Amino acid sequence: MTQPSLDPRVNRLHLRDSGEPVEVQEGENWNSFEVFHQEKRGAHHEHVGCVHAPNAQLALVFAKEQFARRKKCVNLWVVRSADILAFNAEDEDMFANNAEKTYRDASGFKVMEKINQFKKSTNDKK
Amino acid sequence: MYGGGYIFDEPNKRQLKEEQLHDDPVKLTEFEARIARGEKIEPGDWMPSEYRRQLIRLIEQHAHSEIIGALPEGTWITRAPGFKRKLALIAKVQDEIGHGQLLYNAAETLGKSREAMINDLLSGKSKYSNVFNYPAETWADVTVIGFLIDAAAIVNQVANAKGSYGPYCRALERICYEESFHLKQGHDAFIELATGTPAQKQMLQDALNRWWQPIMHFFGPPDKTSVHSEKLMQWKVKMASNDDMRNQFLDAYVPKIRELGMTLPDPELKKDEATGKWQFSDPDWDLFKKVINGGGPCNAERLSVRQWAEEHGRWVRKALMTPQKVNVAPVA
Repeated sequence: MTQPSLDPRVNRLHLRDSGEPVEVQEGENWNSFEVFHQEKRGAHHEHVGCVHAPNAQLALVFAKEQFARRKKCVNLWVVRSADILAFNAEDEDMFANNAEKTYRDASGFKVMEKINQFKKSTNDKK
Repeated sequence: MYGGGYIFDEPNKRQLKEEQLHDDPVKLTEFEARIARGEKIEPGDWMPSEYRRQLIRLIEQHAHSEIIGALPEGTWITRAPGFKRKLALIAKVQDEIGHGQLLYNAAETLGKSREAMINDLLSGKSKYSNVFNYPAETWADVTVIGFLIDAAAIVNQVANAKGSYGPYCRALERICYEESFHLKQGHDAFIELATGTPAQKQMLQDALNRWWQPIMHFFGPPDKTSVHSEKLMQWKVKMASNDDMRNQFLDAYVPKIRELGMTLPDPELKKDEATGKWQFSDPDWDLFKKVINGGGPCNAERLSVRQWAEEHGRWVRKALMTPQKVNVAPVA
């Protein structure tokens, strides 16, 4: 193809002549960092994705560009993906709940029933 | 869409474990049951090797498409008509590059490094969406891309966001949110030309005529010639058939084009009200294959621009990786 490009930069830089194939080396695109986004003061930081960066400081800069350019944001955390410790996905069953765990739950304590019963019985006595 | 193309295999230096070569039938049953229940698959989960391979191919092609797709539009930033259109186009191009990053990250969770993906793009092994091998000749082309190509991409992405692989779904959720702005600003620019001067209308009509065939190619070949779709549908890698997505797109957008008095260069294009299916003349699928395999008007240019960026960004990446000097304030 010899016709000039419609992109002026391509013609100006003679990009068609560059020829030599480029090989990107492993690691050249840096490490990945997980990004946590805080939407407002007092809220939790929530995981929103990751960025590639050479270090944590630049990861913050890239995270701001990538995850805070539209929606409200007051702060960001970044942490190297390799530093995240997690359970093995296959061990999911260890989180399975006992059927009977209402003793840990607010819904397991029915105080109103007892109060009403008490009020009813004292009224009946009068 | 994103059918066919290069399949990545683990580099030889990392020996494949026995379980990666032959899927354990018990685990496969559990895996398929999990997907049937509507649960997501996460990176650490067991998955059939074919699922992994196909997902890498799909997500990687999607990522490349976002990056290469920003090129025909990016070149129009300097020539966008007016300040607001320029700001919107810069924001859109930035979004597309961001989408590429999100998708590379999602693909990396499956075991292929970002560097390997970029190398496969530059060497021509990996494909990207065929539409970006065509030039954006006028501002009206940018308008047609922003409105109709993005609309078509949204049809595909909304479907894929309901897929089975967690990291891909999460990336798509964010992408779809941003794409809604792309579509709206494209529609707005499209309406402005369609309701403008006769010269503007003509420019838009010419661009529509140029882009209609690539748009019909966008969702890929018809279902009757598409291979190995069934398993991928069951695994929720592919969420809708090419023909269904194409029909959905035509149903939503042909009326939006025609209501503005614009025409489409296909005399057979009409909806069969009885079946709800759109009829159209068969796009040239030989041309589609030719362009995918490097024979399009812009294939070489797209890759050389991408390669130039990689080459000329290298010293920056290296400098940031190994900071040697600290900038100090002048003493006097």
